[in-house]
Amino acid sequence: MKDKIRIGCGAGFSGDRFEPALMLTERGNLDYLVLECLAERTIALAQKRKQQNPELGYDIFLERRIESLLPLLVQHNTRLITNMGAANPIAGAQKIIELAKKLGIKVQVAVVLGDDVFDQLPAAALSMEENKPLHAYGQLISANAYLGVDAILPALKTSAQIILTGRVADPSLFLAPMIHEFGWSESDADRMGKGTVIGHLMECAGQLTGGYFADPISKPVPGLANLGHPLVEISREGTGVILKVEGTGGLIHPQIAKEQLLYEVMDPGNYFTPDVIADFRSVRFEQLGPNRLGVSGGTGKMKPETLKVSVGYQAGWIGEGEISYGGAHAVERAKLAGAIIQQRIGSYFDEFRVDFIGLNSLHGDSISLTGLPYEVRLRVAGKSSQKEIAQLVGEEVEALYTNGPAGGGGARKFVNEVIGVVSILIDRNQIKSEVQLFES
Amino acid sequence: MRKLADLAHSRAGDKGNTLILSLFPFEEENFSLLVEKVTAERVKEHLGQQIRGKVHRHVLPELHALLFTCEGALAGGVTTSLALDAHGKTLSYALLELPL
Repeated sequence: MKDKIRIGCGAGFSGDRFEPALMLTERGNLDYLVLECLAERTIALAQKRKQQNPELGYDIFLERRIESLLPLLVQHNTRLITNMGAANPIAGAQKIIELAKKLGIKVQVAVVLGDDVFDQLPAAALSMEENKPLHAYGQLISANAYLGVDAILPALKTSAQIILTGRVADPSLFLAPMIHEFGWSESDADRMGKGTVIGHLMECAGQLTGGYFADPISKPVPGLANLGHPLVEISREGTGVILKVEGTGGLIHPQIAKEQLLYEVMDPGNYFTPDVIADFRSVRFEQLGPNRLGVSGGTGKMKPETLKVSVGYQAGWIGEGEISYGGAHAVERAKLAGAIIQQRIGSYFDEFRVDFIGLNSLHGDSISLTGLPYEVRLRVAGKSSQKEIAQLVGEEVEALYTNGPAGGGGARKFVNEVIGVVSILIDRNQIKSEVQLFES
Repeated sequence: MRKLADLAHSRAGDKGNTLILSLFPFEEENFSLLVEKVTAERVKEHLGQQIRGKVHRHVLPELHALLFTCEGALAGGVTTSLALDAHGKTLSYALLELPL
């Protein structure tokens, strides 16, 4: 068994940059590469694509990412763990096999199944967000349980080079190879907690190397245009050293790691995953050298008896329209334009809002009103169950060109379908995961 | 006038309709000042209409960090919100506008 393993994270969301994963695989001396590409709503959108075509429903960038990565993974003997299977991991695996055959590469793909619980969804279950029964949300689209390491480990025990999952908890993508390589017991809550700390730090990729931290005045980060993604060297004891590939941009620094440690965390003493209830409060960071950060500490309590299920539902349509004004009386003209739209169509919508970009669109009136800007952009948004009504927003804003205040320009209109997501908890014993193998 | 941005940095995150704001001093010696000045009540008052529900503060002395969870702050949550910044990601810098 190994004393240390190296895991890189080459993507932190579906639309993330492509080249950091290639750089990590080529020069990171990795045992494992993780690509985390599945946000809450992404899987509901993927489910809709699968409904339209049963051969789709995996991540929309799977082919592009795998095509360039596969030769490097094989060359450097690096295993890939990714949730790019999204709503259809089997179709995703078949696509990878097809690509491998085209490239003349022998590869095995292990698919982790069992997260899709749409057929066993209790309609009377109450949402965690609003305590409302699921049937009150109208037409449901998808239901995916967050699986944990217990679902991924059987896939790691095969000889597959690629492990393709649907919905699993993000930190589990990293914790599973630690357990597999170090032989940790899943009931060792302290180690599960420590491994989850490392997984949580890594899961947003570039956010651990200075992306989304940078502020040129107060928090400068060098080389963002060539930002490298992180890799971590993990010891059998559950401590880690966070690194990045030499020559890439970005920065490894304790303040960056702290922002990431608490990112999207509701309660730092009780961070729920399928594997553990982790405690982040005692995590320590130590700068060991330039772009070399030690992470230790953290612990955990026994894993929860329930798993979280993300449920996607049809939530209507949002229409948006925007138009800009500049120079003398720009704010007054934009406000007149907003009032015109409100008067003409405001009453057609369940929800409707008028914002002034440059003035109050982000933080509301109370903080923002500190002097008038030179230019301002009117933004109107309305939500409706009918697409035709939602379209009215952009149409009416565009009509301000010839019917509204002077000097409006740069009108744009958008209509988007809204997929809502709520969560429920279900007994973890109700969920049976399985692994299927595919090979080229 | 001195404001929080002069002493500290922040990151916003979201869980459903709850906004999560972390806060860290640039210099660890300023942590106790943040604990004293940046209370849950002040954060709720400062962010005003943006937050409809309760604000809870976690004090994390080993990390030299504060964490605020602000309920009812994201117009229903990212998936169905009409807001331009539906995640509330820019609100970290709204917190940093707090006068000291």
